[in-house]
Amino acid sequence: MSWFDEKGPEGDVVLSSRIRLARNFEDLPFPDIISVEQSQVAIKRCKEALLDKGSSLSPQLQFLDLKAMDDTSRQALVEKHLISPDLARNYSKGGLILKNDNSVSIMINEEDHIRIQCFAAGLNPEAAWDIADKIDDLLEENESFAFDEELGYITACPTNVGTGLRVSVMMHLPALVKTGNINNVIENINKLGITVRGIYGEGTQALGDIFQISNQVTLGRSERDIIGNIRGLAMEILNAERSTIEALLKSSKLQIEDMVYRAFGLLSNARVLTSEETLRLLSDVRMGVNMGMIDVPITVLNKLLIMTRPANLQLMCGRRLEPYERDIKRAEYVKEILKTQSGGV
Amino acid sequence: MLCERCGKNPATVHYTQIVNGVKSEAHLCSECAKEVGATFGGNLQGMMSGFMPFVFGNNFFTEPFGPGSFLSGFMDWGMSPGTVEEELRCEYCGLLYSQFKKTGFLGCPKCYSTFRERLNPLIRRVHGSSNHVGKVPRRKGGNLRIKREIEELRAQLDEAVKKEEFEKAAELRDRIKDLEKKLKG
Ligand SMILES: [Zn+2]
Ligand SMILES: [Zn+2]
Repeated sequence: MSWFDEKGPEGDVVLSSRIRLARNFEDLPFPDIISVEQSQVAIKRCKEALLDKGSSLSPQLQFLDLKAMDDTSRQALVEKHLISPDLARNYSKGGLILKNDNSVSIMINEEDHIRIQCFAAGLNPEAAWDIADKIDDLLEENESFAFDEELGYITACPTNVGTGLRVSVMMHLPALVKTGNINNVIENINKLGITVRGIYGEGTQALGDIFQISNQVTLGRSERDIIGNIRGLAMEILNAERSTIEALLKSSKLQIEDMVYRAFGLLSNARVLTSEETLRLLSDVRMGVNMGMIDVPITVLNKLLIMTRPANLQLMCGRRLEPYERDIKRAEYVKEILKTQSGGV
Repeated sequence: MLCERCGKNPATVHYTQIVNGVKSEAHLCSECAKEVGATFGGNLQGMMSGFMPFVFGNNFFTEPFGPGSFLSGFMDWGMSPGTVEEELRCEYCGLLYSQFKKTGFLGCPKCYSTFRERLNPLIRRVHGSSNHVGKVPRRKGGNLRIKREIEELRAQLDEAVKKEEFEKAAELRDRIKDLEKKLKG
């Protein structure tokens, strides 16, 4: 069981909430120029503070040696959003401490010495913050973090100083995309110092209609304010999405049903599925589920979203696959899951 | 891809601008990006309302302001063209300020003291503030923590007085007094 295939609050639209806290040791150079020996010091300190001290959290945490993994395994962690592509590339000085349900991942020597990431299903950044805050306190019992009375927590890049906090909410917004209203949403929100971007795909062309909303400003506002701000905006977007869905159901029910059933038909019958096509079809099916047209648990769709990504697919098959082979395996997997775990049309 | 403005240098800065629902894209070299950035007069709001960084691939981790190209758009506003900057070096980690300008990364926590005068205006442009108001580490921020707590209690006190909860107000007043004593040491 993992946080990402759960259904959380407002889980029809909001897939997950993430908290990221950046922290640095005051006596070590930042990871960009850290030596191998110093990088080991940073890792050792994190392990001691979190794993060896016997807090109530310790038994659920484990250290993963990124060096001991192959590329596919590291990439699979990226697809699950547990490590960043940067850390997957520069793994030799890095470390990872992971909670057994994947809801906490602590990246060591990524851009900053420590990046605590906590995830919660659905719209629940508060729950993720409570855990991040606790882990920060645990680390701080042992270690002195770089901190400045004016600038707050010091980070490798000045864009993260202050709270070191990035709050992100991942949302599925098919109706806003299909009606073109997403551009207005993006425009309005960017005015507020909040970014909205597609998770998959290039540029603003978001594949799978999945967007991430996160704060830009980390200094001059309290953690609670930043979190409250993101929650408020997420609720506004969510309401816009839901009312657009209602409008679509009134104006074009038949067309939407046609689209949803076609997507479901393709996903449950196709023999070859590319990663892009899968994202697109999953989005349509998800929309159909939310409109009550089709009966597939949202948790199954969340799981498919991750497990059909290239590296996780290859891990599941236990070997490297050529792109075309991957598309065949993906179709097999999706078909099987939908047959066994959905109620169908 | 070459820069759309000068057509000479490779485009390293990519912007998407959405105005009244119409999307336009700009692909610029770092020099042109600086000049275009400067026409916004160094106004952060102006920058944020129009532009967002153009991002590629799996974007889950892409930072709203990644280091490097996007940050460099903020870097030199306010400096008149042609001014030669005196080179500064952090004595703890050896990083040159010019290196920071290239990568967007500082070398060590002490760089913030070394480069303070240059970093502060940049930080104010990015965040619209240069004063931390969030969590304070227990270990270091002894006095700062107490000051924050006093502020918090004062706000609660105002609230209590407004609601005519006099018992609670008296209690809060005592706690504030205790903390103030602690501050004076
Ligand atoms: Zn140019
Ligand atoms: Zn330094």
